[in-house]
Amino acid sequence: MAEVIVQNMVKKFGDFTAVKKLDLTIRDGEFLVLLGPSGCGKTTTLRCISGLEIPTSGSIILDGVDVTDRRASQRDIAFVFQLYALYPHLTAYKNIAFPLKAQHVPKEEMDKEVDRVVKMLKIEHILHRKPKHLSGGDMQRVALGRALVRRPKVFLLDEPIGTLDAAFREEMRTELKALHVDINATSVYVTHDQEEAMSMGDRIAVMNEGVLQQIGEPHEIYANPVNLFVARFIGSPGMNLLECRPETAENGKLALRMTGNDDLLDVPGNLQQLIKEKAERDHGLVLGVRPEDTSVHAADQEGPLPAEVYVTEKMGSYHIVDLSYGEEIIRARTSAYVDMEIGQNVRMSFDMDRVRLFDSESGQSLMN
Amino acid sequence: MANLKTVSVTKSFGDIEALKDLNLEIHDGEFFVLLGPTGAGKTTTLRIVSGLEKMDSGQILLDDEDVSDWVPATRDVAFVFQFYTLYPNLNVRQNLEFPLKSPIRNTPQDEIDKKVAEVAKTLHIEHLLERETVNLSGGEMQRVGIGRAIVRTPKAFLMDEPLSNLDAKLREEMRSELTRLQKQLGQTFFYVTHDQTEAMTMADRIGVLNEGALLQVGTPDEIYHRPANAFVARFVGSPRMNLLKVHWKNDVLASPGEEMVFEITDTQRELLRKYDKPELIVGMRPEDISVHDERREHNCFEAEIYFKQSMGAEDILNLKFDKLVVQATVAPTRKTTVGQKICGYFDIDHAHFFDVDTELRIV
Repeated sequence: MAEVIVQNMVKKFGDFTAVKKLDLTIRDGEFLVLLGPSGCGKTTTLRCISGLEIPTSGSIILDGVDVTDRRASQRDIAFVFQLYALYPHLTAYKNIAFPLKAQHVPKEEMDKEVDRVVKMLKIEHILHRKPKHLSGGDMQRVALGRALVRRPKVFLLDEPIGTLDAAFREEMRTELKALHVDINATSVYVTHDQEEAMSMGDRIAVMNEGVLQQIGEPHEIYANPVNLFVARFIGSPGMNLLECRPETAENGKLALRMTGNDDLLDVPGNLQQLIKEKAERDHGLVLGVRPEDTSVHAADQEGPLPAEVYVTEKMGSYHIVDLSYGEEIIRARTSAYVDMEIGQNVRMSFDMDRVRLFDSESGQSLMN
Repeated sequence: MANLKTVSVTKSFGDIEALKDLNLEIHDGEFFVLLGPTGAGKTTTLRIVSGLEKMDSGQILLDDEDVSDWVPATRDVAFVFQFYTLYPNLNVRQNLEFPLKSPIRNTPQDEIDKKVAEVAKTLHIEHLLERETVNLSGGEMQRVGIGRAIVRTPKAFLMDEPLSNLDAKLREEMRSELTRLQKQLGQTFFYVTHDQTEAMTMADRIGVLNEGALLQVGTPDEIYHRPANAFVARFVGSPRMNLLKVHWKNDVLASPGEEMVFEITDTQRELLRKYDKPELIVGMRPEDISVHDERREHNCFEAEIYFKQSMGAEDILNLKFDKLVVQATVAPTRKTTVGQKICGYFDIDHAHFFDVDTELRIV
């Protein structure tokens, strides 16, 4: 396995710049997820790494070697499109051996290679079964086995489970993660689904409009998004974002005047310094709060902001309560025992030790 | 508005039995979601209700009237496939009017105006009515799209995975819009999906369908907390319910190698005494398993952390226990490392028991 370095890479299609000056290192043995909405440049990046596209400028370094000008077939890379597409009439063994057979590898060598892969994937017991007798996870292992026999340096996966049913998809992503834990193959996985990215990535690279926004471990990106795009994109539901403006309260301290409903929100000591400069220039801010850091209280209880219940979504182990506040919908994650009526008046509060602040013009976090 | 019933509906395509004696009762004004995997028979059901597909036997009752032999147009149900397509050459008002202007319906203009105004008010898009659709934001377009689907007042809306082509964020927003809207309109919604999250969050009641057979009908709470069988238990909930085959002998419930002995409640013991097989399936939701450093005597298994999935608001721990991988959800503040030995602890009050052969809930 190997490290992949994408260096200063630009990819244009005519006048359209799909990827803008991308620098990205995929570590040896890492599972890196390229995440972003459609058109963000993630698939183009993957295709450039594979050699199916040639970068307009910049380079691709694979295992210390500049492969920018090499064709896909000369790069020792396995490009996997769908993880459950197997030849239905062939056994698991024959499916795995297929690429070697196509290259007329001698039988003895072929058996040795298949054996190596099979041990790695822990699928010795299913070798003689045909795909219709395999579970989803086993099918995935066989599909990867078929790629592994060619001894690739890197796996590239382009939304390989995107078209499956939700329940099956969840099973497959857990299986795939387990598989990665077992074999530690350097992998680049492209998806638009943040849940997939969070649940599988060792690290996630978030892209938007051809630009890398942030790269980090899932929990880092979740807790400390660098800008409003990442804040909104990561999390289900995403971070609540409220426009506000710093202002000096009666007690002389700085507080946030909420644009939505004109309420004044107290700010703890550690954030005072952060918003001081913004206050001096009367600069707009955006307050970011995760749904699990948002609490809902009865209308007659404490809680700085009045809101109205828009709708409640039952998720099984918890509820998401949508609250309408001014023109905005704010989402709160509550216990599954909370029951609220549509239209009910409530008060909401935020865990101010965990909130994020962004510059409303640049969209950048003030807290990095 | 109306109630809607399918009575003993069967349908085969060649050798494949798509629907086996389907009996559904959807109440007037209810948001009913039919949930199941691909090939379960969901879309076939909708098409039969709408009249687009003929059934082999059975009846469709709309407002207690047998409409089985009626052609689709006379059934007065609206079939909705997706919400987001708007006519770009028409403004918002014209888009909303479009379904009412169909020559079959011949709705008078003053009635059209009234309906459009009503829908615009419900969706908070009154100020957008004269706007060209190209000048709308994404959120506004969604609302107009929904508006166009619901501007008619049919007896029931039939919706076939209308959110499935949307990206995740938009789908989330549409879910709450649609739930809220249905409550405001009080219309009958019959909605099919393979996505359990959609079913759980939007439905008043859910029907779970698999291989043409209805497995359970109930409120989201009932389906989640009292699944009728192991299939429903695994299909609903994310991450999925853990299922373990265990031994049941002489009033003792334990894992096959007795690594884990359960201390069941009196009620559970009473229940299981009526069950006379030596094995059964225990189901445990990931949120009902907690992890501890110290071993406890009962309801506890020693495991190794295989890998961890950070989902943001919670972490999923994948625990290796006796050739199985058991998933537990924990707060992200709980510090754990891969490879660490820990004890998983079952909150036995929340255990589910299923028959080892039929996989039906033991009741």
